[in-house]
Amino acid sequence: MYTQSFNVPDQAGQKTVAVTPSTEDAELMARFDARIDADGRIEPQDWMPEAYRKTLVRQISQHAHSEIVGMLPEGNWISRAPSLKRKAILIAKVQDEGGHGLYLYSAAETLGTSRDQLLEGLHSGKAKYSSIFNYPTLNWADVGAIGWLVDGAAIMNQIPLCRCSYGPYSRAMVRVCKEESFHQRQGYEALLVMMKGTQAQREMVQDAVNRLWWKCLAMFGPPDADSPNSAQGMRWGIKRISNDDLRQKFVDATVPQAKVLGITLPDPDLKWNEERQHYDYGQIDWQEFWDTVEGNGPCNKERLATRVKAHNDGQWVRDAAQAYARKQQERAMKEAA
Amino acid sequence: MTTTALKEWPLWEIFVRSKQGLEHKHCGSLHAADASQALHMARDVYTRRQEGVSIWVVPSASITASNPDEKGEFFDPAADKIYRHPTFYEIPDEVGHM
Repeated sequence: MYTQSFNVPDQAGQKTVAVTPSTEDAELMARFDARIDADGRIEPQDWMPEAYRKTLVRQISQHAHSEIVGMLPEGNWISRAPSLKRKAILIAKVQDEGGHGLYLYSAAETLGTSRDQLLEGLHSGKAKYSSIFNYPTLNWADVGAIGWLVDGAAIMNQIPLCRCSYGPYSRAMVRVCKEESFHQRQGYEALLVMMKGTQAQREMVQDAVNRLWWKCLAMFGPPDADSPNSAQGMRWGIKRISNDDLRQKFVDATVPQAKVLGITLPDPDLKWNEERQHYDYGQIDWQEFWDTVEGNGPCNKERLATRVKAHNDGQWVRDAAQAYARKQQERAMKEAA
Repeated sequence: MTTTALKEWPLWEIFVRSKQGLEHKHCGSLHAADASQALHMARDVYTRRQEGVSIWVVPSASITASNPDEKGEFFDPAADKIYRHPTFYEIPDEVGHM
């Protein structure tokens, strides 16, 4: 499961617009601030500033959309998994992602938006989802690399969200994080198995990592200096750790894992910095990141089209379930009469 | 890109009993056409790893909640009744545990 740091605006060209200050009742605002300062939680029926509500709806829905779209790149490999075991694992993982999407949509709905509105945002292209899913999964090693790196990056991002100030979001994150560890471990293990195979298999692993590494670093969102909404998110207890700090944690955790795996991470500048007690790493291509966020990545159109088609193809199922429910209800009423 | 008109299934609150002997606990919500579908969906969404032995589904619209704006008037009357707690009473040490 996956987030990029979701301070990405849904509408392009608003990158630098900070959250507008609210004009709501000062007393309510003071009470809200006091609760946030005391590290308290906000629940759906509580008063909250409009900007807080808007930020959460945007972030939680982008997060939910990422789960749903995130099923597609891996779903492509279910029918081509190399063994029944790997197929069962992959189905379970993809089903988890769908479940995570549902937890998150429910959390977003507590803020007064409807499921239909949320889906409409995704299907019309208005709402964003994690840009990592706009890249193709070219070989089986991509499935392992997604579990290891993409889910690994997502875990880094999501653990602090378990302490988010908005109750329903933090509870959904607790549930998600419990399931996430399986995702990362199955991916890493799948790669370990490939590394013990043929030279061609080892090359597939290296190739997948080469293509995904930089995209995973970008998942944490723009550098702190270019994240105008981050400070407000921190103030509100929605965001707990900055993009750059999370990115650093991810790099530090991943380098030793890559060594055990026996692959190299594609960054000539990656090296231990004794003074900082962290790994240094090279420049991320932010232009490419924003191009992809704005719809011009290699798979944006395909992903959205697949998602919309799946939804439309399922319309008769939703209609049938509703017709059946209505019929059952009518029958029950007739019998009672 | 266009989508066909969306029609929402009603919302249900889901309560799961994690094991015999424990209470059902609220774990989230989901949309379903009717109660039996809600049960099936709840099984798939909330108990994929044997998190439950029993599920309740309740239409969200059927829940009546206390009003958070009146939290003060509603709950404060209990605040000054400290004599309702065992620690209010001083018992000589020689009595031991009571």
